[in-house]
Order: sequence, then C-alpha cells, then structure tokens
Amino acid sequence: MSKLTFARAINAGLRKSLENDPKVVLMGEDIGSLGGVFRVTDGLQKDFGNHRVIDSPLAESGIIGTAVGLAYRGYRPVCEIQFDGFIYPAFDQIVSQVAKMHYRTQGRVKMPITIRVPFGGGIGSPEHHSESPEAYFTHTSGLRVVAVSNPEDAYTMIQQAIASDDPVLYFEPKRRYHDKGDVDESLDLSSALPLDKAAVVSAGSDVTLVAYGPLVKTAKDAAMAAADDGISVEVIDLRSLAPVDYPVVEASVRKTGRLVITHEAGQSGGLGAEIAASITERCFHYLESAPVRITGFDVPYPYSKLEMHHLPDLDRILDGVDRALGRRNSLSGLEG
Amino acid sequence: MAGLRQDHKSRQRRRKRAGRLRSPVLTDQAGKGVHKHTPGPGHSAQIPLRTGGDLLQLVSPEGERISHPEFDVWVKDIGDEHLCSLYEDMTVIRRIDAEATALQRQGELALWPPLLGQEAAQIGSSRSLRDDDFVFPSYRESGVAYVRGAHLSEIARVWRGNASYGWDPLRINLATPQIIIGSQSLHATGYAMGVQLDGANTAVLAYFGDGATSEGDVNEAMVFAASYQAPVVFFCQNNHWAISEPVRVQSHVQLADRPTGFGIPSMRVDGNDVLAVMAATRVALDRARKGGGPTFIEAVTYRMGPHTTADDPTRYRDPIELEDWAAKDPILRLRKLLEAKGLLTEDVEARVKSKADAVAAELRASCIEMPDPQPLDVFNHVYSTPNSWIERQKEHYSRYLNSFNQPVEEGAL
Repeated sequence: MSKLTFARAINAGLRKSLENDPKVVLMGEDIGSLGGVFRVTDGLQKDFGNHRVIDSPLAESGIIGTAVGLAYRGYRPVCEIQFDGFIYPAFDQIVSQVAKMHYRTQGRVKMPITIRVPFGGGIGSPEHHSESPEAYFTHTSGLRVVAVSNPEDAYTMIQQAIASDDPVLYFEPKRRYHDKGDVDESLDLSSALPLDKAAVVSAGSDVTLVAYGPLVKTAKDAAMAAADDGISVEVIDLRSLAPVDYPVVEASVRKTGRLVITHEAGQSGGLGAEIAASITERCFHYLESAPVRITGFDVPYPYSKLEMHHLPDLDRILDGVDRALGRRNSLSGLEG
Repeated sequence: MAGLRQDHKSRQRRRKRAGRLRSPVLTDQAGKGVHKHTPGPGHSAQIPLRTGGDLLQLVSPEGERISHPEFDVWVKDIGDEHLCSLYEDMTVIRRIDAEATALQRQGELALWPPLLGQEAAQIGSSRSLRDDDFVFPSYRESGVAYVRGAHLSEIARVWRGNASYGWDPLRINLATPQIIIGSQSLHATGYAMGVQLDGANTAVLAYFGDGATSEGDVNEAMVFAASYQAPVVFFCQNNHWAISEPVRVQSHVQLADRPTGFGIPSMRVDGNDVLAVMAATRVALDRARKGGGPTFIEAVTYRMGPHTTADDPTRYRDPIELEDWAAKDPILRLRKLLEAKGLLTEDVEARVKSKADAVAAELRASCIEMPDPQPLDVFNHVYSTPNSWIERQKEHYSRYLNSFNQPVEEGAL
C-alpha cells in the first residue's frame, strides 16, 4: 500500500497498462516531455518511448479520429483531452464514430478507446477550463462514462477502462489531483470492484446522497457534518455514470426513503434529472419525499471569483438534505 | 517496462535488417532532422510537391494512349488481358449502379448513392491495392467494395435498411461506408500510424470527395499524416458536386494545391482515365510502403448522376455540363483504346456483358430475398459486454411485444 496523489495514482495505472499490454498507446497534447499540463503522464514518454506516448498536434478531433484508426488496427489508445472545455472539437468523432462503431459493425470492430478528461471547477481558471460535460456523453449510447473520486479508484479504474473493449470516457476531478490516498499497487484487477458498479462510501439510514467525481469528498464531509445533527446520511459514489448502477441506489433509497443527488454540472437535462426520474419510477412507493437535486446553476461556467457560488458545497448539500427530510431549509415556505 | 523498451529496440533492428525502416516511428519532423527527404518547416520552398503536371493523362478522351516520361513505367506491366479486366470491372460496377438505382425506384432499396461516371477513379485506384492494404471509403465507393470482394448482398443491405453495415471490414480490409463527410480520413491516418507502430509495409487509402476537403477532419488528417509521415493515401474524387454545391464553393485553388501546404506531395489526375489513376495510385502506395509518408491524389471526374436517388440535379445543374462530361465518359474512353488496339472482340464483349448480367441478377435476387431483421436485434451490439440499461429496455420491450400474444381477458375492453 502506498500513499499517492490522485495524479500519481492515474500515472501509476497508466504505467501498469503500458507495461502489461504492448497495444496500449497514449496520445494527447503536451503529454510527452512535459508530462501533461497536470503531470498525469509524467515520465511515461521517457520510459516507454515517443512511439507509445505520443505528443499530438493541437487538434482534438484529430486525436480521437486517429485513435479510431488505431483501434481498427488493434491498438488500445488512451487519449488525453487537456481540459473539459476542449473536448467539443472532438464531439463528432466521439459521438458519431467512437460510440457507434461497435453497433455499426455489429461487433466486428471494437473501439477500446479511453478518453481521459480532467473535469470540473474549483481551481480558479479562466473560461473553458472548469466544465462538467459528462451528460453529453451519458446521453450517447455506445459510450461508457466513469468519474473517479479517489486515488485508489483512479488507479484501478484507469486500468479497467483501458482493458474494456468498449470506449470509456474517464472523467478526472482536476481539483482533487493533489489529494493523497492509499493505493494498493499490487491489487489484482479481477478482484477490484467492476467498472460499472457504484459504491456505498458512507453508510447511513435517513437519506441517500448520490455524488460522483469531485463532489464525493464534499458529500462525505457533509455526511459527517450531518451526523453531528443526528442525521444519518448514506453516501453513494456513483463511479459509473453510464450505465448508472441503479440496484445500489435503489437498495439505499428503499432503506432511507429519501434521495439527494449532487453534481457540478447544470441541472437541466443533467444526470441528477435522470437518476431522480429513474428512482421515482423504480421506488415510488418507498419515497417519503421528492428527490432533491443540488447542482451547478443552468449558467455558463462563471468567472472564477463566482465559481464557489456555482459549485455545490457542504452547506448547500446539507440544505438539500434538510429539504429531503422535511426539515427547515432555505426554501421552506416556498411553493413549487 | 525495460522489456518493452527492449522489444522496441529489437523491432527497429529487425526492420532495419528487412531494409524497410520507416521513420523511427512518430518522431518530430521539425527539430530532429531524422528524415532528410521529408519536408519540414524551412524546406518547403525547395521541394516540388506537385507532380504529374496540371492534369496527368495517359489516355485521351478519344482513346489515344498518351506517353508520359515519368508515369509510363508505372503501368508498363498492364497488358492486353489486364486492360480487358479493367474494362470488365468498370462495366460491371456501372451495371451494379444501374441495377441498384432501379431497385431503389422499385422500393427495394431505401436509398442509393450512384457512382455513375466515377468508374475509372474507383477501379483504377482499388485495383492498385494489395489485399493487406486497408481502405476507408465514403458512402459512394460501391465499386471499390466490389473489387475488394464484398458480396453483392453486403453492398445492398445497408441501403435496403436491413443492417447498419454490409461487409465485415476485417475480412476484406475495407471499412464500412462512412456517411459523415471526411471523418474517415482521420481513421485512415490513425490506422496508418498503427501500421507504422507494427513495422508493417501495408498502405492505407482513404476515399473522400471534393466537398470533404472543406471539413476540419480532412485538414487535421493531413496535419497528422504529415507530422508522423504516416503511410496513407488521400484519394479525393473531385466529382465537381457536393450535392448541389459546385467545387468552387469548396476551394479557390485546385484541390491538389491544398495538401502541398501541409507538406504532402500531390498529383492531379484525369479521374476518367483508368490508366492515369492506376499510375498515380501506384506511385502513392509505393511511397507509403517505402516510408515516404502520405500522398494526396485529386482524381478529376464527374458525378453524372444525382447525389443520391433522393436528389434532383436538374434544380442546380446545367445539362450542357453533363453533355460535356458524357463526352469524357471513362468507359467509352477505355472502349476506344481497346478498339484501337483490336482488343474489343465479340468474345470480350460477350464475356463482359454476360458477367454484368449475372452480377446484376445476383444483386437483385439477393436484395429481394434478404431476410428482415428481428425486432429485438435493435438492442444488440451497442456494447461489447452487457449494459444494464439496455438489458432492461430489451426486457421491457420484449414483454411489450409478447403482450400482443396474450389472450384478452373478458371484460378488459
């Protein structure tokens, strides 16, 4: 067991994949000698060569489009999109090609492509550097979408994503890159929790709180704070955003009868909306109150002096918990 | 890790021994000076990137063989029998095209994108390929599919709406028809980068049209291909029309002048001259195999039919233009050459006609007899492993369909 930062944990996972499978190649902007703008690929080009850790031209569609061709040839490309807001030039290749190739060819051609995306806010960046575009991709069938929340998962899930024969969007919470955690580098992947499973990271009985990526830590902190008030919050780290592991969420809601979902992305058409609808369909008679969404606002990601208003924090999440419990909260007395 | 580096080194040594060392794959062209003969910043003015003149032609529209000092050597092995087989292929794919158009008019195909007029471009290029080469087509390359060995039913079934793909891409090294304009140019470039990593001497060819040259993906593909000197051939069929938009809307210069700005050698050939197309394609494929990087070919041809069977070119196209191009018909031109050489015997004519008839009949029969897909097939192969969301929807839809087979309870209505 070693103590690694989030970024080093991904780096260790990438290294392991490069060692274990000669068909794994890394592509992206500045991932070579620089080691990526967040240093996630630090040292990998030096150790594996510029034929396996490839500095790409500054063309996101080109990165993903050539990855499609490499996958056709039997490779397992791992593409880094430098920032969340830079992924849109590649949107067509991801949605029209990466996601559909397996279906189009009825399984003849597989697309084992991993697309790493540093995402989310909280680092005081200018425009286009703090977005949460995951819902565009969870809406696209053919893609698997995951968001990691801690170094241990980051280490195992990057390897699972690369080993998957399906394309995987792998969202990394960039404001957690420097958080440290225990990582068992000797862990056998086959004994790790599968890529498409959610995890209960904090057991509770009064309300279910669903989070993923950067907000899992915030949610766990909120659960600890709520415990001081005598409220028992069960926190679920979703891990997989497509597909969502509904059995885990359902089991929790059947127990607690109350559901709060939180994400940094805007509310409309977001993952919280989908989970609220699905859980309402599946567990209607178990629900004691309407599902609550605590999310970013439906605004373009704001300039950094305002981002802490936009991002759900511990207090806003607790306000949502109070709403789910019918306790006094900021919207008490408001109709609709 | 050390082992892998060792592997890489030994692979390089193997390739050196084999005498076909490509670039020590994916190196920086600009700074390191690895490639003496490839263009990089600072070299562009010295390197003649356009070859073959304004329009490479080896057979005139009148069917006369035109000698070319540089390109003759690339087709000198094409004897009488080979010429006749090219004529046969061109005739057969024109017949496939006519039959498929008829099948669409009769409601047997949902849509068909005709290739009429582009037979020389498609046959000349595809007949230059090896089996182990890999091809990324657009949606109009049915003639290429025929040459690569796709079954006629496989060519038809996408357009009938019976399947999302026709042939197995890995069986005939031909990707499925690409509908998104220009998208496949990047796939071809990525595949070619994989060929480099493998140290193979396979070449990759991407087909696209004049309209695609405006797409970002085609331009990005040229950037990647040039930077990594990938063994890819960009084969652009300039058929003059992107649905209703003439090529002048796409480009202010000849399309063959665009790749030179990326440092990619290019040729502009008469796309209705099957020999010129073969010569140019062979030059490009040879360059790719020898580690010389990408080539761009502009095959100047003409879409004599509509964009698809859903299109009406009389709304935007001058009929005189069509007449002009009919005089440059690729099959007519080859016929004239064969006649002049005394090769167009009754025997050859009968053989070609009977082949075309048989292919058309098989296309029709296989199309009409094609079994319909089953309703629950809609859920298959979205992922390579089960997905809980889709499994649930499949289960629910299956129950819904089965509900029609349940007896209606008395009083339920």
